[in-house]
Amino acid sequence: MAWLDAVVQGILLGGLYALFATGLSLIFGVMRLVNLAHGDFSILAAFLAVVAVHALELNPLVALALVAPIMAVVGYGLQRLVLNRLLGRGILPAVLVTFGFSVVIQNGLLQIFSADSQRLNPGGIETASLALGGGLAVGWFSLLTFVLAVVLLGALQLLIGRSAIGRAFRASSDDGDTAELMGIDNRRLYGFAMALSLAIVAIAGVVLGIRTTFTFASGPDRLLFAFEAVIIGGLGSLWGTLVGGVILGVAQTVGAKLSPGWGVLTGHLVFLAVLLLRPSGLFAKARRVD
Amino acid sequence: MSLLAVRELSTFYGDFQALFGISLEVAEGETVAVIGANGAGKTTFLRTLAGALPAARGSIALAGQLVGNRPPHALVDLGIVLVPEGRKIFPSLSVRENLEIGAFRRRPGPWTLERIHRLFPILDERRDQPGTNLSGGEQQMLAIGRGLMANPRLLLVDEISLGLAPVVVKHLYAVLTDIAREGTTLLVVEQDVSQVLAVAQRVYCFRKGAVSLAGAPERLSRAEIAAAYFGA
Repeated sequence: MAWLDAVVQGILLGGLYALFATGLSLIFGVMRLVNLAHGDFSILAAFLAVVAVHALELNPLVALALVAPIMAVVGYGLQRLVLNRLLGRGILPAVLVTFGFSVVIQNGLLQIFSADSQRLNPGGIETASLALGGGLAVGWFSLLTFVLAVVLLGALQLLIGRSAIGRAFRASSDDGDTAELMGIDNRRLYGFAMALSLAIVAIAGVVLGIRTTFTFASGPDRLLFAFEAVIIGGLGSLWGTLVGGVILGVAQTVGAKLSPGWGVLTGHLVFLAVLLLRPSGLFAKARRVD
Repeated sequence: MSLLAVRELSTFYGDFQALFGISLEVAEGETVAVIGANGAGKTTFLRTLAGALPAARGSIALAGQLVGNRPPHALVDLGIVLVPEGRKIFPSLSVRENLEIGAFRRRPGPWTLERIHRLFPILDERRDQPGTNLSGGEQQMLAIGRGLMANPRLLLVDEISLGLAPVVVKHLYAVLTDIAREGTTLLVVEQDVSQVLAVAQRVYCFRKGAVSLAGAPERLSRAEIAAAYFGA
């Protein structure tokens, strides 16, 4: 039963990893940009929630309604003012600049909030659990996180598959120059994509802050898990990202069951195994090369 | 007043000059052809008009308004739309979505999905397939339809005969005539001279990045055109 419990917890943890990974995957898919500060932006959002909780005496889940739009605006501005200037020069300039952002965000947070660890308290839901029978129980909040991830991915899938802006995302990803000729302003479109990405990762950051303590330096780990979820699932597939997150989550919880220190390591090993056996991931969309 | 008036337009690729002072006019409702050999600057000219390449010198005016050196999406707003060489269908989009993306910044006007389906029924029949699953000729129809979805004032058409069987090219030019009859102004670049001269009211021949001949096709002799095309 303990093993089954580990698997169930791992699946639910995968929902959180998918929340971290989705924005990363979206940005890479639309503009081939690797955002190394992705994890740090989630932690920035968590700190913003801390401020909102203290200053306005909000529940962190309510604060999210404030933090996610703020992060969306930050994303739009960042893309329009900085990242758009780096496009078309290969992948390296964006990697260097976003790495710079990562350092700046971490040090900025350290200056303002010190190195103390923080936590967001939503008032009880984080410890409430739901008994499934047979000695198995899941946390309400973990379940909520997983459902939130599924709903968000579904909504994003609809947006990309059915809406005009989703078509523009796909067209621009296929061939940005021709998309411009069809009337799409790529720079503005990329701004929207980054806004969406940071709004989603803000949700991930606040959820993380409710689940566990975090510090100014918690971002890079989140980035790593997000990368692993994306790579396991396969680039370009949103549901693949969820499955990738779940596989990573299960590997970590089962690994931790084997020995308490092995959780993260087991996750990395499973990631490496997928990378070796299926380098393009489990659900990568077949891309025609022409 | 002409719909399009280009004066002394020059375009460079880095240090290499591709266009040398091109002047050209297209009247509202007219079909104008640009012919010329490979490397004469025809595609460069259309891409400059569409905003994909910067104009180094000269002016481009649409209905009297200077529109040079604006980004392509802004020119689509103003009504200049390019059907690019090589068709450039989006592989991730279905046939129908490829048409819909053309309407991303749709201007008011006569062209609707239904009318384009009437023009090219195959695009309706295969609407849910990936755009790149179509044959070359069908993809060219899709590219033309996608351009029309924006309701352009001026549709720039680049080498629609490229790599297609003569019977397909003939069909495409017949449809271009229909499109022109609907009132859409066309500027057509083509190497296949016989097809385009049959539909154009006026023709410009480019050679080495400059206009070597201009006039109404019925007033130009074969020898004149050959001399302007190949150089004599």
